Amino acid sequence: MSEFAIELKGIDKSFGAVHANRNINLAVHRGTIHGIIGENGAGKSTLMSILYGFYQADRGEIFVNGEKLVIRDPNVAIASGIGMVHQHFMLVDNFTVLENVMLGAEENAILNRGIVNARAELKRLEDEYALEVDPDAVIEELPVGLQQRVEILKALYRGAEILILDEPTGVLTPAEADHLFRILEQLRDQGKTIILITHKLREIMAITDEVSVMRRGEMVATRKTSETNVEELAELMVGRRVLLRVEKGEANPQGVKLSVEGLTVRDNRGVVMVDNVSLDVRAGEIVGIAGVAGNGQSELLQAITGIRHAESGKILLNGEPINGSGGADPQELRKRGLAHVPEDRHHMGLVLSFEENENAILGYHYDENYLAGPMLNLDSIRKSAGESVEKYDIRPPDVRLKTANFSGGNQQKIVLAREMERDPVVLVIGQPTRGVDVGAIEFIHKRIIEMRDAGKAVLLVSVELDEIRALSDRILVMFAGRVVGERTPEATEGELGLLMAGVEEEQEAAQ
Amino acid sequence: MSVPYAKLPMWVEYGLIPLINLVVAFLVAGLVVLIVGESPLKAATLLVQGAFGYGEGLGFTLYYATNFIFTGLAVAVAFHCGLFNIGGEGQAYIGGLGVAVACLMLDGIFPWFLTFPFAVLAAALFGAAWAFIPGYLQAKRGSHVVITTIMFNFIASSLMVYMLVEVLKPLGSMAPQTRTFLDGGQLPRLDWLLSIFGLDIGGAPFNLSFIVALVAAFLVWLLIWRTRLGYEIRTMGASPSAARYAGIKDARIIIITMLISGGLAGMMALNPIMGDQHRLQLDFVTGAGFVGIAVALMGRSHPVGIIPAAVLFGMLYQGGAEISFEMPQISRDMITIIQGLVILFAGALEHMFRPAITAFFATLGGSGKTSEVTAAGE
Repeated sequence: MSEFAIELKGIDKSFGAVHANRNINLAVHRGTIHGIIGENGAGKSTLMSILYGFYQADRGEIFVNGEKLVIRDPNVAIASGIGMVHQHFMLVDNFTVLENVMLGAEENAILNRGIVNARAELKRLEDEYALEVDPDAVIEELPVGLQQRVEILKALYRGAEILILDEPTGVLTPAEADHLFRILEQLRDQGKTIILITHKLREIMAITDEVSVMRRGEMVATRKTSETNVEELAELMVGRRVLLRVEKGEANPQGVKLSVEGLTVRDNRGVVMVDNVSLDVRAGEIVGIAGVAGNGQSELLQAITGIRHAESGKILLNGEPINGSGGADPQELRKRGLAHVPEDRHHMGLVLSFEENENAILGYHYDENYLAGPMLNLDSIRKSAGESVEKYDIRPPDVRLKTANFSGGNQQKIVLAREMERDPVVLVIGQPTRGVDVGAIEFIHKRIIEMRDAGKAVLLVSVELDEIRALSDRILVMFAGRVVGERTPEATEGELGLLMAGVEEEQEAAQ
Repeated sequence: MSVPYAKLPMWVEYGLIPLINLVVAFLVAGLVVLIVGESPLKAATLLVQGAFGYGEGLGFTLYYATNFIFTGLAVAVAFHCGLFNIGGEGQAYIGGLGVAVACLMLDGIFPWFLTFPFAVLAAALFGAAWAFIPGYLQAKRGSHVVITTIMFNFIASSLMVYMLVEVLKPLGSMAPQTRTFLDGGQLPRLDWLLSIFGLDIGGAPFNLSFIVALVAAFLVWLLIWRTRLGYEIRTMGASPSAARYAGIKDARIIIITMLISGGLAGMMALNPIMGDQHRLQLDFVTGAGFVGIAVALMGRSHPVGIIPAAVLFGMLYQGGAEISFEMPQISRDMITIIQGLVILFAGALEHMFRPAITAFFATLGGSGKTSEVTAAGE
């Protein structure tokens, strides 16, 4: 047998005019953890989708264990021992663990015998790889970390020898991520081969044996992890030197501009997502809210910005109450100086089918400068969009281009330019760099700090702990809808991680 | 990762692709004709000649097209807001009531050009009123507009039977229709327009409503792409969550859009009632409300696309009538099948040939542009 579990030779794939993979060569040694790193849009997911049979390569060959394979669909991949754990879990929420693991591998139409066999096999796998999970638990009642474990079990159940994990830590707390890494190491030690796709350099350094870097559809380098470092990898990813830390002076906080008192918010299902939260943001400071996704940060932002009704509590903007429980009007709040960079630019911050200049006025389209009576003043709209494009270096610099045709980083710059250029009093930012390439992250972080230094009150929500620590002057940690602690940016990652996981300080002391 | 469609040149996007779809639709239709035992070539010749070959045929084609421009615009405006108004049929029917009321009241007092603005207004108001209730229910109660508008088509139908039989029918008449309008309620024909090209309109009811339809098309373009309201409508349609983020009042926009949509559908009634029959009859809409859906789909909800699409369907109506007259083997139902094929290929399957065409133009375009577009794949 070949020493390589996977070998890709000359893989090439285009979608129309988009060349997603160019002549990719990749060799993965058996029994190793191999990282694939690259910015968003570098072609990592496309490459793995080709390996797993979602797409066909236009050219190139795939060898699995030295044998040439044509992977027409995922069934071929599964039959040849390739398993995939997707970024967004492919689980049926209201099925049990056992039912999910069996799904698509039920043996025959009548389930009773299959269930017995599956239960035994699941037990064996759990024991062998120390992946305990209750087979009768319903998925939606499990924490995210365990759901991921079910995904891994699903792959192993189908006889996977090669596991592909696509951005597996995006939804995990630091502690859960560490746990996942221990599982992966154990799987490797038992002879499995693991391909880890990520854009986080730290994870690559922490766990992989080898790492391959992709940039703009090309495989630019493969290194032994022990022989490289974070700076080199970042440079390979971006194609130029990158500052990984933002320069930031002392904060000079002034009066309170945004004040939240006893805020309680329910989500659409009626579940309390924000539970009696109080916080203040002063002019000239950045308050960061850390927390694992889904602990109420989104609902908090939406309530502050008037998109979601609060059940109770008060929100003061510039000392004046916003019409809290009755539902404030986002347009009214904008006029009063509240700018909002939403967490989800694809669904809220932008209309992707619009031209750039049309998005540059979204939410400010009532502004008289952009109107002539009931008509839009296209000249003035395009002129002001053109100025922002220049100032924020949005590429390509074409205000008539459809927004969907901009990269993630440039789309985010369109939103930032719109919200920052109108001299707000309070700037509320959610996930400023989600899906944004490394080069643009640097730029966005600088802008946020400039806003602070210009005396704006900045409230920042991010699930990237590094980002929170790099930008914030004060850090609040949210867990299960409550603010469970306030720390300075000097707090260690471990300390913040425990708060994010909801471990109370008493328990901390008891350990 | 979704597969992105690369940008195509405008002439391919709006010219070549619809044309290919149309050609395929006609090829399949030709097969159907062949199965029936007639010559597809002869049928096609009859279709085109019947629709465009002489003045009267062209007059009928444009008369039908006028109906479809109005209903197509009505559907398109709602589409832009993400609403599927399939109640054009009922809204046009009720719009006819408005036209009739205006004409019956004024035709003895005013000449036609003074009656006309009132008739336009009444048609739009009645159509809008009929669309208001579904719009209100959608906006405030979340009742799906597809369900409510189609229900309202049936209600309109029953209501109009009642109105015609019990209220509007002149005493002693046996037919469920109003009296014939006097000269003050009759729109002039546009025979002079075709005579410029040396064509004789004959008995075709091609009338002033056609000009109104073109003006309406221009105004719809202006509304959707050049006004603040249009901007808000498009934002709502493309992304309701972005609209909420932008502080756009969704209930208000939904109701306003449905009013405009219903108003446009209602104005369709001008053409047959004031322009042709000069009285209100049962079932004068004859499916134009539904054809409007196909026209809007084919015209990509853009007035510039809707007008030729409406003419195409006008051609199918007029030329189809000609075929079934000349070729007894081919019944009216066959014509409906051909229309269905056009809708299928031009509307529902419009993306069928797109990947191949995109790939073809990508190989022509060379690799110069590709790196720039790579980032767009996200």
